[in-house]
Amino acid sequence: MTTVEPIRLLLFLVGAASFVGLNAAYLVWVERKSAGRFQRRAGPTEVGYAGLLQPIADAIKLMSKQLIVPPGADRFLFRMAPVMMMPPAIMAFAILPFSEHLVAIDFNVGLIALFAFSSFNVIAVMLAGWSSRNKYGIISAARVVSQNVAYEIPMMLVIITMLLVSGTLSLTGIVEQQAGAFWNWNLFNLAANPLMPVTFIIFFICMLSETNRAPFDMAEAESELVAGAYTEYAGMGFGVFFMAEYANIIIGCALAVILFFGGWHSPIGVFPGVIWFLLKLYLLIFIVIWVRWTFPRTQFYGLLNLSWKILIPVTLFTFLLSSVMIKIF
Amino acid sequence: MTPFPASEYVVLPIFILFLGATLAGALIAVFTKWIIRSVCGLALASVGLAGMFYFLNSPFLAVIHILIYIGAVCITIIFAIMLAEPDEPTDAPGQHSLSWTLGAAAAAGGVFLALALLGLKGDWPAPPKQVSDGSVENIGVALLTSQSLAFLTIALVLLVAILGAIAIARKGRHME
Repeated sequence: MTTVEPIRLLLFLVGAASFVGLNAAYLVWVERKSAGRFQRRAGPTEVGYAGLLQPIADAIKLMSKQLIVPPGADRFLFRMAPVMMMPPAIMAFAILPFSEHLVAIDFNVGLIALFAFSSFNVIAVMLAGWSSRNKYGIISAARVVSQNVAYEIPMMLVIITMLLVSGTLSLTGIVEQQAGAFWNWNLFNLAANPLMPVTFIIFFICMLSETNRAPFDMAEAESELVAGAYTEYAGMGFGVFFMAEYANIIIGCALAVILFFGGWHSPIGVFPGVIWFLLKLYLLIFIVIWVRWTFPRTQFYGLLNLSWKILIPVTLFTFLLSSVMIKIF
Repeated sequence: MTPFPASEYVVLPIFILFLGATLAGALIAVFTKWIIRSVCGLALASVGLAGMFYFLNSPFLAVIHILIYIGAVCITIIFAIMLAEPDEPTDAPGQHSLSWTLGAAAAAGGVFLALALLGLKGDWPAPPKQVSDGSVENIGVALLTSQSLAFLTIALVLLVAILGAIAIARKGRHME
């Protein structure tokens, strides 16, 4: 690439930030539209054609609201929590390879870096819940940490399994190994691990749980906890959390595309890579939305039982299985 | 990747930012009255330290440092605080007496002097080169050859910790 380095980085920074903002806004629209369709109603229709201007109206409404800090709250931490949530999410976009050229930093430990950045998410939600001095917030904070700690373990085991299969931590390296037709994708790499689809499903479940999406949205279970940790946040304070949540969903789905679906590689060999990457990405995001409006929320002990009694033993087994398979073949 | 022109004007402020984050985090952790802010200070200091590791050409260590210290240690501490601690600032009057302060100052000053002397007068080996690129193969080889003692010790410590947690948890079930 011929662009000067600082200008290239600046362009990527602006690009990542606007990608996050645009996607957060319009994924809300997709979510509301598809929620409407799943429940046999129309969703937003009033603002613009098919409600397409609804996210902009929402953003203006959020920005015009007064920012209230509840009395008795820890003012500094209350203000810092949304600030802590957003930058790591945007930083993660600097590592994600959208195509073989469209990657800001080809980081050689990108896979671990993504998880390091996403660990800020938990601490931010927890501080938000704790500092707002609200009983719903504190219950939500306690839930978010036990849920995330429980699901971090199978997630990491899946990551280690994928690391065994690919042998590199670089995200571009992982994608390049899956070049060619779609049976080279890690999802169908049955020679390395006959249970690869199971591994992907476990990854997907853990991703839903780590991003606090239904059926695992215990942290902001609106029918029991109002809005959980975000109850006391008004205006754009809430908006930032919302954007960061959607950013985390995009990161999780992008990671799934990179690890299992061959990243930017086309299954039939037409169109440039970035189109395929975005296609796979939005397909997975649609599945996330679909799952949310199809399954009811689980109960909390069901959630923890699923992780400790099913997911962790199964991931340990697939981990051992792929080690053995790699050694044999 | 070749460094771009005037990059030192960008790199130096970032280094100072990480240095400041480390120091400010440590000071917040020590001086604040709210224990939860101390943990936040610890998290800030961890981010600063991770930046230092990055500047020392160890991105793997930097990333792992964030993952462990912010993703695990700080979260566990905050969780423990939320379960146990009333969130008012506590005044522990007995601990702020003059003799305590003097003793603490003497101990801290002694350690600082010793470390400073060691740093200035010590017989340091040649500045280390970057021995490997931090790839998975190199880390795996290092863990199973030259660092195998540390690796096994950590495994043993973790096993003991898990057994201890199980032992404590089993006892707690029969209390009521």
